[in-house]
Amino acid sequence: MKKVIALLMENQPGALSRVVGLFSQRGYNIETLVVAPTTDPTLSRLTMSTEGDENVVEQIIKQLDKLIDVVMVTNLSDSEFVERELMLIKFKKDSFPENTFGESNIVSEAEEVINVQVVGTSSELDALITKTEGNHPIEIVRSGSLGISSDNNTLTIEN
Amino acid sequence: MDKSNKSGAEALIHSLHLEGVELMFGYPGGAALHIYDAIFNQNYVDHILVRHEQGAVHAADGYARATGKPGVALVTSGPGATNAITGLATAYMDSTPIVVISGQVKSGLIGTDSFQETDMIGVSRPIVKHSFLVQSAEDIPEIVKKAFHIATTGRPGPVVIDIPKDFTDPEYKFEFNYPSEVNMRSYNPPKEGDMSRIKEAVDLIENSKRPVIYSGGGVIQNDASAELTALAKLLNFPVTNTLMGLGAFPGSDPQFMGMLGMHGTYQANMAMHNADLIIAVGARFDDRITNDPKQFALGAKKIHIDVDAASVSKIIHADIPIVGSAKECLTALIEEINSRDLNVNDPDILKWNNQISDWRNKHGLNHSLLEQGPQNGKILPQQVVQSLYKETDGEAFITSDVGQHQMFAAQYYHFDKPRQWINSGGLGTMGFGLPSAMGVQLAYPESIVACVTGEGSIQMCIQELSTCLQYGLPIKIINLNNAALGMVRQWQDMQYGGRHSSSTYENSLPDFIALAESYGHVGIKVAKFEDLESAMKECISLKDRLVFLDVDVDPNEHVYPMLEAGNAMDHMWLGKEEKTWK
Repeated sequence: MKKVIALLMENQPGALSRVVGLFSQRGYNIETLVVAPTTDPTLSRLTMSTEGDENVVEQIIKQLDKLIDVVMVTNLSDSEFVERELMLIKFKKDSFPENTFGESNIVSEAEEVINVQVVGTSSELDALITKTEGNHPIEIVRSGSLGISSDNNTLTIEN
Repeated sequence: MDKSNKSGAEALIHSLHLEGVELMFGYPGGAALHIYDAIFNQNYVDHILVRHEQGAVHAADGYARATGKPGVALVTSGPGATNAITGLATAYMDSTPIVVISGQVKSGLIGTDSFQETDMIGVSRPIVKHSFLVQSAEDIPEIVKKAFHIATTGRPGPVVIDIPKDFTDPEYKFEFNYPSEVNMRSYNPPKEGDMSRIKEAVDLIENSKRPVIYSGGGVIQNDASAELTALAKLLNFPVTNTLMGLGAFPGSDPQFMGMLGMHGTYQANMAMHNADLIIAVGARFDDRITNDPKQFALGAKKIHIDVDAASVSKIIHADIPIVGSAKECLTALIEEINSRDLNVNDPDILKWNNQISDWRNKHGLNHSLLEQGPQNGKILPQQVVQSLYKETDGEAFITSDVGQHQMFAAQYYHFDKPRQWINSGGLGTMGFGLPSAMGVQLAYPESIVACVTGEGSIQMCIQELSTCLQYGLPIKIINLNNAALGMVRQWQDMQYGGRHSSSTYENSLPDFIALAESYGHVGIKVAKFEDLESAMKECISLKDRLVFLDVDVDPNEHVYPMLEAGNAMDHMWLGKEEKTWK
């Protein structure tokens, strides 16, 4: 079962390598990893998805929390949450699946190729890739999952 | 406070002084030379010049373990930094509070493969509690403050401060302000345990029939030995200590079962295996304790007190997890017990203690080997430890290296006080013994500090004999010389059909007596049992000299008990032919 973990960390050199290093050091797998600054310039938000049973995920959370640069960490999968991922796909014009994508999906068009963008859950994107296999996409780029809780729980700190 | 303008190097040394640092261990080199010049120009902080950076970090570590105060080491960039790595990993595994300051190439040269450049932050990342790469000279005081705070609080551990050379430049001065307190939003180590958990723990304690208190290095680090002892005495529960926890409960107390685990005593391992309640304090259910975790103490409920939440339920599920400092949690536990009307002479507990005594009488360690004279004409390594115990009245600081000698020291020297036993338990670093003894001896110049070692381990940091001469450190090196890598050979005997692959030296060992003498020390050779006690007496009586006591011990001796790999704790080898299972 895929778990999505989100954390806030100090926006400092070396912080990201500590988080990523922890995974290889302790033998955990990262499936996706997204990191970006927040509106608070001292903090970055990192979202990762990983496979693992409850005990492993609990250990991962504890070990992440132990890192000095990690300010807050939460397992979004513990309750209802929204997971979204962005995907960009490049098709040759002559094999573009017109019925699958609308105008609004097309983000660029050149002489021979078309790029489309799609937003959805990871499994929706997986399904789309399977569906368009016959159209031989020439490049697929995925952003990795972002997550936010569905209720009023937030991963923010008071300054 | 001194607010005069200072260079980064001066600010560093002054910050160390304000943290209470009286001495540091180190080795100079290009990137650290501004700092060394600042050391030369002040009288607050003494610097001990070691002969290898590994020695500096182990010495700082030994100092920290013996005193409870943070140890400090200073190294240069590149090879200086990488030589410090084994020391850092050793301190990390045993959670000791040390601060290692490494010089770094000038900030503008970072990333250019410049001379003596190593990415110290990257190389040390998995083996430090935290690290700082200094970004400006003005940041140095605050970083030092944070480094000491992080190293010494919560679960202690090593912290690295990597300082590019330009930030210690004597030409650039700034106003020195040392922060009076640290505030880190991302670091708030727990202190008090959850009171409802503590009540639940006492409920289990009240109803247990076969309890064991199992304590580790965390109790010593947190100076909670008095509380642990008080708890054990209050309840009349048997106590076992891990290799790292020896001395937390008096080793000569009848309630003490000895060490547990891989080479733990028969009674301690049997008690763990048959317990219905295990109270783990500052211990982490390491694989050298549990053997196969799936078969570990299946009949026991586990109360786990630890300051590190990540250690709780990591290996063994804790029925009652209590995250907090050992001292605070034990105090709360004692108060809760006192508030209830517990019957400590519960017949079940008496019966259990009698069972443990029976186990001890049946297969406990023989603490009278010394009186039994030579065995097959040879000196047993255990007899040497017993002789050391006798001559030092059990009051010496004992450091050790890694191998059979380490286990014999742990098993046969009864440590009555915390911080008396200093060894590399987690990483198992050969070469730790002598330099860590230097740290202890410098902290306690009047005390007897003995390094129980072997001819393999001692050669891994033998160069520090020179440091000992320079600073007049009268360490007693007790070399259990079996002319082989004893523990390796024991495993080869037991698991590899006696094929001694690369575990002997083919007559290439140095003459340790001549070696010690060439470094300006005293060497004493013991080859016959009849000479052992008089030589030990002489060794200990030479108060002002380092003595290298080189004892030829029975090369065929193994360490027992020994847990059978991959099984439960009651599966022990008790001798070469004797085991507890069919």
